[in-house]
Amino acid sequence: MDRRDFLKAIAVAGATITVKPSEAMHILTQRSQGPATEGPVDMVAVMGGEPEAMFQKGIEELGGIRQFIRAGQRVVVKPNIGWDKRPELAGNTNPALVAEIVRQCLGAGAKEVVVFDHTCDECRKTYKSSGIEEAARAAGATVVHADQESRYRPVSLPLGKSLKETKIHEAILDCDAWINVPILKHHGGANLSISMKNYMGIVWDRPYFHSHDLQQCIADVCTFSKKPVLNVVDAYRLLKTNGPQGRAVSDAVLTKGLFMSHDIVAVDTAAARFFNQVRNMPLDQVGHLANGEALKIGTMNLDQLNVKRVKL
Amino acid sequence: MLKKVRVGVSAAACVLITFYFIDFAELMPHYFGWLARVQLLPALLSRGVLAVVVAWLLLTLAVGRVYCSSICPMGIFQDLVAWISRRAGKKRKRYRYRRPRVVVRVLALVVPMVLFWTGFPLLLGLLEPYSAYGRMVTAVFKPLYMAGNNLLEAFLSLFNHHALYRVGIFVQSLSALLVGLLTLAVIGALAWRYGRTWCNTFCPVGAVLGFLSKYSLFRVRLDADKCTRCGACAARCKAGCIDSKEKRVDGSRCVACFNCLDTCKFQALSFSLAARRRAGVGEAGVADASRRRFLLASAATAVAVPGALAAAPLKLVTGTTERRKQFPVAPPGAVSYEHLSSHCTSCHLCVSKCPSRVLKPAFMEYGLGGMMQPTVYYEKGFCNYNCTVCGDVCPNGAIHSLTTEQKQMTQIGHVVFVEELCVVITDGTSCGACSEHCPTQAVTMIPHRDGLTRPHVDTSICVGCGGCEYICPVRPLRAIYVEGHPVQAERAAFTEEEEKEVIIDDFGF
Repeated sequence: MDRRDFLKAIAVAGATITVKPSEAMHILTQRSQGPATEGPVDMVAVMGGEPEAMFQKGIEELGGIRQFIRAGQRVVVKPNIGWDKRPELAGNTNPALVAEIVRQCLGAGAKEVVVFDHTCDECRKTYKSSGIEEAARAAGATVVHADQESRYRPVSLPLGKSLKETKIHEAILDCDAWINVPILKHHGGANLSISMKNYMGIVWDRPYFHSHDLQQCIADVCTFSKKPVLNVVDAYRLLKTNGPQGRAVSDAVLTKGLFMSHDIVAVDTAAARFFNQVRNMPLDQVGHLANGEALKIGTMNLDQLNVKRVKL
Repeated sequence: MLKKVRVGVSAAACVLITFYFIDFAELMPHYFGWLARVQLLPALLSRGVLAVVVAWLLLTLAVGRVYCSSICPMGIFQDLVAWISRRAGKKRKRYRYRRPRVVVRVLALVVPMVLFWTGFPLLLGLLEPYSAYGRMVTAVFKPLYMAGNNLLEAFLSLFNHHALYRVGIFVQSLSALLVGLLTLAVIGALAWRYGRTWCNTFCPVGAVLGFLSKYSLFRVRLDADKCTRCGACAARCKAGCIDSKEKRVDGSRCVACFNCLDTCKFQALSFSLAARRRAGVGEAGVADASRRRFLLASAATAVAVPGALAAAPLKLVTGTTERRKQFPVAPPGAVSYEHLSSHCTSCHLCVSKCPSRVLKPAFMEYGLGGMMQPTVYYEKGFCNYNCTVCGDVCPNGAIHSLTTEQKQMTQIGHVVFVEELCVVITDGTSCGACSEHCPTQAVTMIPHRDGLTRPHVDTSICVGCGGCEYICPVRPLRAIYVEGHPVQAERAAFTEEEEKEVIIDDFGF
């Protein structure tokens, strides 16, 4: 049984469970869970270190970067570089984390690592002030702009409900593997912005999302056939208020967390629960999580997964 | 020798300022802004660098119109056109003496200036050579440069080279493109056929400096004793100011290009002090007559223009599909419509340099007189919260240079929310694009129903950046937009919540 089959099985198993687990059951299942605590690790949660150290530890728990990236592959690392903000303001993915992932991919023999985002603020500014352009280049990545529609090609999303087709950036379409590297943020529109929301940085027409049920469109775009080989949620600093931009350092909290999984719904659920320790955000209000689960792209039921928790 | 120096300086000045204008990739450091700040009218209007104005006037009194020759980019551009035209035909072009057009020249100075000071800046902006050149470059040459960049980028990416990036090229303002093309056509055609006719007929800066250069200490002089009236010099004079029949050089129109000096086989021409002037020869006759006409015309127009100006203000209908705003938005640091109007000559350096492409030349937003002056619009982008470029580059002092802190406090407009158009209200689905793009959270999302959130605006902390208007997905009319402030204000300070220390030492799941 390979990873994918395993996850599929888990997803099916999760879907058959109709009883909503209560807090008490939550603890029970966590303990009594047989199969999920053995075999390959589905998700890693790391706390308490610097971004590079946490990623190194996390990827080691997942069996190393070579489980995801093979020699000769063209790889895309897709952080959130949406805003013209310094790293301290937690508007963009941590540059040190991006650089470490780039280094590891190249170390695994990747032919090329491309870093890009379809930014909200003007991209030359966001690439610069986020520190990502400089850090990723220094690590050996190719940093490309994504502000021209001509760089996007239409794809169909047969599984989508509101979003049936959209234009996706050629770097994603042409790569062999991509790694999704969002930052955990409060978000005025989607309530939380994590891995699934980070997909909006690979598409051209975002206003369509906003005018056609944002929470559904976010889940729909995640049905795109080329899934990220890994989702790495940066929660080194999380943005608790005034997201997704933040307007002052006081909006950010230094939480030193990192979550990694192939299951995008699961990793976002885990990150959302982590966020709830800082600020209350009911998971049913982060509608794209449940919508994603309904589309069978992942599970919100973390108890079904073999989650490895590591504190540095 | 003098000519070689002139050509060298001119070529450098023109190449540098042209590149400064079209340099979208910001390869040229910001301090090259002095290229624009040393231009005469901008320096005069900005008032901060009056020393520059005085320096140019003194230099002109000393050695003639070297400003027109080597600093004014429109002058150098005309030289380039004339140079090509001289070599284009089978036979080399020969210039000839043209009579002075003093009345037109005076009108071209006085009418625009009076209009400018009475609140109608358009005409001065159109005639002022630096601004006319800036508009031409921004509207016509910059898109060509960008297209060249895109071609080269496409070529390099074939070899997997990503040093360049593709840029979007679009017509920001049809009126500005037409004005730019018209400027290119008219001044280009005049330069092609007659050399520096523009400078000595329609250019207000040329009129002022010409008035001074007539009395310059050093100027091109013709020694009547040596002159044989062969006309070789006049054939080379692109200003058409050497009258070899009368053995006279009109110092008012000479642009100090020094092309004539080496053409005379008899060394009758020299760039020298007035010492060798002899009775009966020289410029005195012409000078007196033209001065009289100059002064007379000045007085006449100064009296006539304000009357003509009192005519009813023109209001034309614009053909845009955008919402008709009650008040246009002026760039941050423009202080007020009035300040902008009384300082800006529409060189479009701000328009060209704006990284967010949120500035465009106005059509009728400010009325007819303010046509071509920069206005903020949110079709292609929104004003970056941290950016101060427009004020930093403005050579006229029309847009004040702001610190980042000042910029972030400057309210260029305020947000207006149209609830009945909002997608959250009409469709019952989540959106929040406006709040997402709001840097000050003047637009926040508050509980609506069924876990949905809807926009709520606080205009007191709005800076008018237009992020909300730009991103709002509702069409044809957006559900949220920015109304401009005729006088820019300061936004209110944020009310920061009490910070309580949060320590997270568990995963939460």
